[in-house]
Parts: sequence; structure tokens; C-alpha cells
Amino acid sequence: MSINGKAYIVGAYEHPTRKADNTSVAQLHAEVAYGALQDAGLSKDDIDGYFCTGAAPGLGPLNMADYLGLTKLKHLDSTDVGGSSYVLHVGHAAEAIALGKCSIALVTLAGRPRAEAMATGTAPRTWGANVPDDPFEMVYGRTVANVYAMCAMRHMHEFGTTSEQLAWIKVAASHHAQWNEHAMLRKVVTVEDVVNSPMVSDPLHRLDCCVISDGGGALIVTTPEIARSLKRPLVKVKGAGEATKNQNAGYTDVTFSGARWSGARAFEEAGVTPTDIQYASIYDSFTITVLMQLEDLGFCEKGQGGKFVSDGNLISGVGKLPFNTDGGGLCNNHPANRGGMTKVIEAVRQLRGEAHPKVQVPGCTLALAHGTGGLLGTRHGSATVVLERV
Amino acid sequence: MATPASNRALPAINVDPTNKPYFDAAREGRLLIGLCKDTGKHFWYPRGCSPFTLSNNVELVEAKGTGTIYTYTVMRTKEPYSVAYVELDEGVRIFTNIVDCDLDSLKIGQKVKVVFKPTQGDSPPATMFTPA
Repeated sequence: MSINGKAYIVGAYEHPTRKADNTSVAQLHAEVAYGALQDAGLSKDDIDGYFCTGAAPGLGPLNMADYLGLTKLKHLDSTDVGGSSYVLHVGHAAEAIALGKCSIALVTLAGRPRAEAMATGTAPRTWGANVPDDPFEMVYGRTVANVYAMCAMRHMHEFGTTSEQLAWIKVAASHHAQWNEHAMLRKVVTVEDVVNSPMVSDPLHRLDCCVISDGGGALIVTTPEIARSLKRPLVKVKGAGEATKNQNAGYTDVTFSGARWSGARAFEEAGVTPTDIQYASIYDSFTITVLMQLEDLGFCEKGQGGKFVSDGNLISGVGKLPFNTDGGGLCNNHPANRGGMTKVIEAVRQLRGEAHPKVQVPGCTLALAHGTGGLLGTRHGSATVVLERV
Repeated sequence: MATPASNRALPAINVDPTNKPYFDAAREGRLLIGLCKDTGKHFWYPRGCSPFTLSNNVELVEAKGTGTIYTYTVMRTKEPYSVAYVELDEGVRIFTNIVDCDLDSLKIGQKVKVVFKPTQGDSPPATMFTPA
């Protein structure tokens, strides 16, 4: 059984805030849910499936359904694989819809790490009590930045990847962000700007890192019949794949990501190949995240990511693979430290023809959104969806 | 330009019954690694089950305490420190810090040996490495 064609994304909303001082996380969830419903032309009581993660307050769906007044829920899913969760939720929502478990699914994300002055990437943090790997990692000052940096260091060692090549990824994101009035970093930067920015964790500079932002987003996924009854352009879920990658019992290889598996599964279900993709939302917590995922998804050969991203190849209207045309996590928004939601939202915009005119891919009918959640160099989740405008 | 590794304060380690023997050995200056007796393969990190077969037919065995840097980074914080994966001579790659060195001189492939560094209070020491 396949989900190909069994579900459509009919609502997508990104909260415009990037710093949410005078509100709560629950209220941000409410605002993004309302925004996505307005976008779809639906109302709260139409929702019978709800998806969120551990980033939602309390016991996820329990406290959120109460706050949001969701009283018709028949299907719940709070699978939490970090920032990749919301890409994964699209696949899970499509499964639930295909099986008739629900017909209109809401996915929400919100958070306020910036208002809370969280040192997202540079302070050690864990995911809760009783985590079995913590006694073997936290004492070493494990942070988000240093775990991704170790992947970059090894990638450079094995494949000759350079800081200048990684910098091209930020340059491309900044070219897109200049057109996004909500983006945190709208200044177009150069390769020199990136490699001359302060070193955070060798070889990653400050401008190799994503922004820390508040806000969130929401999606509405529904049946083909309901989608056709609404007035929005039709965005079909064509394929989805998910995977986890970890330390492999101590025989870890940090030069590839779970995208190798989640991507292959999504492409197989969709019946398309990487060369068919006209626009790609690629998780961009750091520049190295993008480079490795592009290789692992099959957009280029392993080890050739540096060459692939160079010379503006990811810039819309310039290169072969326009990516993250909203400016991505690198320049626009990384709400709640979880970028999967905005990856799906920008892919939907592209397929609807609603991206900014300066970055809209002409005639975009096939797009991919991919997320990596958790820590690239220790253990992470990977989720990929292929979406089609019909 | 040299960047000496800082002697930052190390937090306590949360020991549980499944990893206590590992940390007890660390207090004695010995580095242990997991051995799956079903397959004869070493594993990391120490745990109560085999990550190859899921059985509890596992034991801890002493490692030589030498290896090479598989990958590393230097956190350019106020107290700079190096996070690394060290590949032990036994084959497993372990998450650690490289200490007592010039952080700017580190290289992938560099030979290192184990050292144990005190953590807070009665907590066991942390297993770290220094250039051999």
C-alpha cells in the first residue's frame, strides 16, 4: 500500500514573528493553527487529526487539544524526532488519512527560544532524564554546534570539502532571504563574509549556523475529495520516507546522514528521481547539514556536495537546484529550533506559485522537503516528502 | 598561534546500575568497552544489552587505552575545548575530549592515549584522551 495521491496539503502558515516576547508557546500554537485553517478555508471543528511534538507544552496533544478547543479528534500523533518531526508528520498524516483514521489533520509547531535567551547551539543540553547515552557524552560538553562540526571536519578530511564551498550554501540562502520581509538576516553575504565570520566550532563559523528564532507554523493535510472541494491549489503528497541514524554500536560514520534511507524511500514511493525535483527544501541547521543531505538524497555523488553547492547552484534563477527560497533556517527562520515545518511550508508555497516572485521557480510542479532532527553526528531522525502540484 | 585546552569544570556524570561497572573501572584508571559474547564484537557505549543481538550476554573488557582521532572540533568558547570521536585500537569510536594539548595542533589520524579527569563531587572521572 502506498500513500501516493491519498492526501493533500491544503493549509500552510508560517508565523511572521521572529521574537515573541509577550505571548506563550500555547498561544503561538493557536495562532499558527488559526492561520493554517484560514489558508485552507476550514474551521477548527473540521479538524479530526492532530499532530505535534514534545516541543508542545505538557503532554502534547492532551494539553494542546484542550487549549485549542479541539473536540473532534479521532487520531493523534506526537512522534518527536526533533526538527525533522514536521516533515515526518506529513507522511504520518497521509497514512492516517489513507486508512480513514481521520480526514482533516492539523500539524502545529511553536516555540520561543529567542525570547527565552536560549543558547541553542553552544550550550550543552539534553532531552530529559534517563537518556542512556548522556553519561557517555554530556560531560564532554556536547552541543549542537560541535556535533555538526565534527561531521564537517571529517567530510573535509575524506572528500576535500572546503569552508568556501560550505559558505556558498549560506550565500545562496542570503540571496533568497533578501526578498523575505520576515527574514531575520536579509543582507546578502559573500563567501568571504562567511569564512571571515568568527569561528564557533572548527570548521563552522558563525555564518555557517542557522538563526535562533521564535514563532512556528502549521499545516493542514486532508483527503483528495476535501482538497478538491476547497479553493486552494492542489498539493499532493506523493511520497514519504523516514529513518533514524545513530552511532551504530560504536562503528559510526559521520560523513553521511539518514537521508540516504529516508530519501530513497520517499523517491521510490513517489516514483520519481532527484533529477525530476524542481525545488528542494533542505534542512539547514548548519551549512554542512545541507551539503551532506544533498549528497545522501542523491542530488549529487557522495563527496561531491562541495562542488555541487558552489557558484550559486542553489540560488533560484541562477543554479540547477533552487533551495530554501524563503531564506531557510540559515537566514529566515528556525522556529523553536525545529526547521522541518518551514521546510514543508516553503515547498507548498513554491508548488502553489506563491513564493516571492524573485525566487519563485517557474512552473514548479514537483518539490521535495527534507528534515534532519536531533544531532547529525550522534543520533538523528531523517524525514523526506515529495510533493506534487496537480 | 597556540590555543591551550582549558581545564573547564566538568559536570557530574549520572551513573545507573547498567553502566556502574564501567565507571567503577574508570575510578581505577582502567578503560573498559562492551563485548557482545554472542558475536565476539566490541561495542560502544557500554550498556546492559548487545546492540548486535539485543541479548544480555554482554561483558565489559579492558581496552588498551590507545587510538587515533577519527574526527574532532574545537569549541571556540571562553574556555576552549576539543570534542572528538577517538577510534580505539579495538575499533570502536568513542565520544570524548582531547585534553592537555594545544588545540590548534590537533589532526585527524593523530595517535592519542586515555587519561581520566575528575568531575564534580563524588562523581566518577571522565574518560578523555591526550596526544600519545
